[in-house]
Amino acid sequence: MSLNQEGVGRIARLARIELSAAESAATQDQLNDILGFIARLQAVDTTGIEPMAHAVDVVQRLRPDFITETDRRADFQAIAPEVEGGLYLVPKVIE
Amino acid sequence: MSATKWEVVIGLETHTQLKTQSKIFSGSSVAFGAPPNAQANAVDIALPGMLPVLNREAVVCAIKLGLAVGGKIAPRSIFARKNYFYPDLPKGYQISQFETPVVSGGGLSIKVSEGTHRAGAGNTAIEKFINLTRAHLEEDAGKSLHEDFHGKTGIDLNRAGIPLLEIVSEPDMRSSNEAVAYAKALHALVQWIGICDGNMQEGSFRCDANVSVRPLGQKEFGTRREIKNLNSFRFMQQAIDFEVQWQINEIEEGRAIQQATVLFNSDTGETRAMRSKEDAHDYRYFPDPDLLPLEITPAWIAKVKASLPELPGAMKARFESDYGLSAYDAATLSASREMADYFEETLTAAGRENAKLCANWVMGEVAGRLNKDGMEMTAGHTVPLAPTLLAGIIRRITDNTLSNKMAREVFDALWVGEGKDADAVIAARGLTQVTDSGAIESVIDQVLAANAKSVEEFRAGKDKAFNALVGQVMKATKGKADPQQVNDLLRKKLEA
Repeated sequence: MSLNQEGVGRIARLARIELSAAESAATQDQLNDILGFIARLQAVDTTGIEPMAHAVDVVQRLRPDFITETDRRADFQAIAPEVEGGLYLVPKVIE
Repeated sequence: MSATKWEVVIGLETHTQLKTQSKIFSGSSVAFGAPPNAQANAVDIALPGMLPVLNREAVVCAIKLGLAVGGKIAPRSIFARKNYFYPDLPKGYQISQFETPVVSGGGLSIKVSEGTHRAGAGNTAIEKFINLTRAHLEEDAGKSLHEDFHGKTGIDLNRAGIPLLEIVSEPDMRSSNEAVAYAKALHALVQWIGICDGNMQEGSFRCDANVSVRPLGQKEFGTRREIKNLNSFRFMQQAIDFEVQWQINEIEEGRAIQQATVLFNSDTGETRAMRSKEDAHDYRYFPDPDLLPLEITPAWIAKVKASLPELPGAMKARFESDYGLSAYDAATLSASREMADYFEETLTAAGRENAKLCANWVMGEVAGRLNKDGMEMTAGHTVPLAPTLLAGIIRRITDNTLSNKMAREVFDALWVGEGKDADAVIAARGLTQVTDSGAIESVIDQVLAANAKSVEEFRAGKDKAFNALVGQVMKATKGKADPQQVNDLLRKKLEA
């Protein structure tokens, strides 16, 4: 499997990354190199081996259902670009 | 117009907000109504370097649901990242489950009354089993406020990270009635097992309906459109009915249905396409490296099972076998835990032998009066008449103190808080039924003497005349005579 320019463009769009033509060509090569590594991994016979969901073979630790956080809105909003009435403001979203 | 008969196919995805204290991956409070962003901490607003840690109680809720619907609870399930960009999703992905959900399969029984939109109207309800595909744990997103902030959008992240269980049904429903019946049954179940408060106004229980139509008899499904965020049963019914008619019109006029997400406008009663499903929905799911596989041991499941209340299905069966109720009555009384508790408390106080009478009064007078007063028998609502007081009325019916008519009078009085119990109302209003046969017989004698014509007509074979005579006796006793006794004594006298 290899990516063409169109595929690179689509991935960039999904990731909200703007690429110039030169960057797009370089990215295509890099991504195809990565796909090459994956192809080598996929060539290994894994019949009968259950896929792992995580690199370490332990299970999720669970947290008791307690409220441990206090209101630190003032701290967080001090570093936000724009706030009003306790809300974070962002460019208008139209659906 | 073609003569094609159309079949409607509906599947529902329901987001139930789980009844926890804290968020699914952080220790922020989930209380409703806090000032904006006062309950959004570093994990919820996605500051770099934060690590989500799973809330045990959210998992317990999922196990409960799995047990209640008879689904399979995964011994190991995986959390995945669902990637999309939206300002109320600060990480750029939602933590959800994809390939291995915590619950798969199972289902629930629904009761549908055909031909009417009113659930429970008439005794014509049919039962149907709706299969579930899966239920998975995920986090909620924040809220976008599009009011005018100088041309900007305001973001409140208090809701970001609130635990949700998304319950996905198979496309098993064939009408808006069935979809609403399923949603109501699920709504009752999640409250019954205590995993969700069921508050639809506050968004604790929201449904998306996948709707398609196909010619009756066709095997393949039609192209579906997904109606988003239905937060009332009435809107669900209206939205599906409108959508179905729209799709049929489109197809009959030769236009193909495009897969789309649509919104229901409750002011116009119409559905409208929101966005077409192209690469906006390429979510690029992958296992979240921040979270390890969730392990649920058989011992844990057993422990949760032991904590579950009796489930609606089991309760319905018990009402039938132990109390001799009909399947319909048993299903109605076990439709919600509040209704069932009210019935059983009445029964305990009135005596098991009066089960049918208790059932009739709870489903009839109590439910009717609640409906009339715009109230419901749901969590947080108190029925004005305590079950023990209702039982007091029922005991006075069975010992013949009260006729049914008198009992209703006592019921109305107690409902509005007049008198401390049935006996007090009976005493205050002088409502005791006359059961002294000597007294009744003397009234009957007077009535027969004064109504010679009716007596003649009865003897000539006119049954109506008998009823007229009963009416006269009841009138003469001011309705206080036991009607059955009047019937028996009168017949005896006339046939003597």
